[in-house]
Amino acid sequence: MNDQSKAFTMEMDKSGSVASDTVMNPHKVTSRKVSVFYGLKQALFDIDLDIPDRAVMALIGPSGCGKSTFLRCLNRMNDTIPDCRVTGEIKVDGRDVHDPDLDVVELRGRVGMVFQKPNPFPKSIFENIAYGPRIHGLARSKSDLEEIVISSLEKAGLLSEVKDRIHEPGTGLSGGQQQRLCIARAIAVNPELILMDEPCSALDPIATAKVEELIDELKKNYCIVIVTHSMQQAARVSQRTAFFHLGILVEEGSTADIFTNPTDKRTQDYITGRFG
Amino acid sequence: MLSYLILVLLLLILAGFALGHRKALAVGATSDVRMHSLAGYHGWYVAALVGIPSFVLVLLWLLFQGPVVDWLLIGSLPKEGVDGLDKGQLDLLISQIKSVAAGNIFGDPDAVVLEAADRYNRWNTIADWALFVLAVAVALAGIALAQQRISARFRARNTVELVMSGLMIACSLIAILTTFGIVASLLYESLRFFDKVSVAEFLTGLNWEPQIPIREGQVTAGGAFGAIPVFAGTLLIALIAMVVATPIGLFAAVYLTEYASSKFRSVIKPLLEILAGIPTVVYGFFAVLTVAPAIRNIGQAMGFEIAPNSAFAAGAVMGIMLIPFISSLSDDAIASVPQSMRDGSYALGATKGETITKVLLPSALPGIMGGVLLAASRAIGETMIVVMAAGIIASLTFNPFEPVTTVTVQIMTLLTGDTEFDNPKTLAAFALGLVLFLSTLVLNIIALRIVQKYREQYE
Ligand SMILES: Nc1ncnc2c1ncn2[C@@H]1O[C@H](COP(=O)(O)OP(=O)(O)OP(=O)(O)O)[C@@H](O)[C@H]1O
Ligand SMILES: [Mg+2]
Repeated sequence: MNDQSKAFTMEMDKSGSVASDTVMNPHKVTSRKVSVFYGLKQALFDIDLDIPDRAVMALIGPSGCGKSTFLRCLNRMNDTIPDCRVTGEIKVDGRDVHDPDLDVVELRGRVGMVFQKPNPFPKSIFENIAYGPRIHGLARSKSDLEEIVISSLEKAGLLSEVKDRIHEPGTGLSGGQQQRLCIARAIAVNPELILMDEPCSALDPIATAKVEELIDELKKNYCIVIVTHSMQQAARVSQRTAFFHLGILVEEGSTADIFTNPTDKRTQDYITGRFG
Repeated sequence: MLSYLILVLLLLILAGFALGHRKALAVGATSDVRMHSLAGYHGWYVAALVGIPSFVLVLLWLLFQGPVVDWLLIGSLPKEGVDGLDKGQLDLLISQIKSVAAGNIFGDPDAVVLEAADRYNRWNTIADWALFVLAVAVALAGIALAQQRISARFRARNTVELVMSGLMIACSLIAILTTFGIVASLLYESLRFFDKVSVAEFLTGLNWEPQIPIREGQVTAGGAFGAIPVFAGTLLIALIAMVVATPIGLFAAVYLTEYASSKFRSVIKPLLEILAGIPTVVYGFFAVLTVAPAIRNIGQAMGFEIAPNSAFAAGAVMGIMLIPFISSLSDDAIASVPQSMRDGSYALGATKGETITKVLLPSALPGIMGGVLLAASRAIGETMIVVMAAGIIASLTFNPFEPVTTVTVQIMTLLTGDTEFDNPKTLAAFALGLVLFLSTLVLNIIALRIVQKYREQYE
């Protein structure tokens, strides 16, 4: 707690120019000394990272540095990988995600995830989105459910494109539409925290712009963590940026700072494109 | 004689390959253009030109030698001995001559027969030698011809590839033609059956008593060919088998793919598949000696009288036999659902059970259906277990604790023992076979369709 408040004041000192709301928001996620092992191989080393609410945090770093691994710690998706072991403390809303009393199903209901590759279920667009609300019992009636589906599509900016084929297979959409379908599917369960693992890596510039617009919109109500390989994207959409390298969190700070005067040489080399 | 010939031909083929290979290397070394094909292809080219014509010759020769020699033999018999004989008697005479020729002399054949047998042997020897000489000559001619054509520009590779694809087409044609042959013979015999018994009676009759007298004075029933009880028995047993096999197989598959550790899975999966390799006779024993008495005892304890042969015993054991068909194919289908589908579901906060029932099973459904239909066609075609455990008496019942019979069992009993090929009893087997063939064909087509649809899913 002491640590955290110190970080706060430091930030206040350092970046008077950063929009005040990003700094003032309480932390949605705090992680302390998080290490991840795949079998004997250690993929993350003692990560301490705090993620503010109602803002976008970008995770950048060269391929294989552990960005996806860190992201998967936050909704415990690493549980599904055999031989993967996570140590350290991760708190979402002040609650330890590894607490034995915590129901992982409930955690994942609060922490949505969008994957790098769009992965709609081989069901209709409607069913894809209705899946989450159904399993969490969010809709009391059929019309409730329809409303959730429509509003999720609307928020994901997909409604106008698919409104007359909502009962056709989601797999029949284009890649960009599929990705926005997955985003709609994730927000349909009303998560408080949305994890996006390179959501635009398979998209063209137009679809990317739409997704970024959506992220901007979503950050008003949600906490968003996005992994990206595009520096421009990180600069465009995020308020804070964390740079990972070889499993270590090298530097974290407001996006403006990281991109204009990084303190670490490695960060500087990476964002100026000298390696990675 | 024939085996020597084949040996010689194989040696010639080898020699042809070696010669072709060597010559191609020699040509390649001296010529100033690059060889179009590798030396190996030239070798194969020569080998093909040696082997294929000579083997085709041997095949055709063997096909025609018998009939031609027979025809010559009949022609050579003294007129007065042959005239007045009908076809049956003539066949008898010919086979007597042949058995004498083979050295099996019974009693005291007359001079005409002895002489004819002698002639028969002589002609066959001549024919064998002629074949030997001719085939070797063709092979040698092949070597000579092919050798000549080897040059730098000669496209041996293309020719060899053409020959290979021709061979493959021939092989698949053999399979297809065999199927057509089977269908044709089934159809032909069935039509003969339907000459004697009307289609309507066969397909709608409720009485199946095929034991009609085939010798004079034999005491049997009059014979009835209503196949409904047989079809009903088949369906009943298949149904019981599927009711046993489908849930067990499916749950086993779900357990193995989604719950079991990979170590456990790698041990259990092959073990389960061994079930499919047990001969059905052994399952039959198991049904008769273990399952049926057990069912009987349980029934008696509860105050029911259960027949020693029952559809239930046969169906249950058959179901066990079918478990690996369903579990193995369902396992493959579930395992091939991409991991990203599971991740997507778990990330939305779904439990394992929800993920399995709402995402995995629907996605894998076509593959699972394929397995179920394959198992169903196996169930319909299974004979041994039913003969041993369910009996051969056709009774129209849906009580699983009574003996019933199935199509395949009836085919077997109709065709074993005293048979005469123009008797409705025997012919009925073909009609049953036709029905069986058509129904499994339809099942297989449906299964194939479903599996095809399944393939398109994730591309
Ligand atoms: N399932 C796994 N089993 C074993 N090792 C893994 C597994 N997943 C990731 N790793 C290893 O962990 C390290 C971090 O991987 P991670 O996927 O988190 O990288 P990343 O930063 O997301 O890379 P990229 O930008 O390429 O997606 C890598 O060295 C990778 O090889
Ligand atoms: Mg990644």
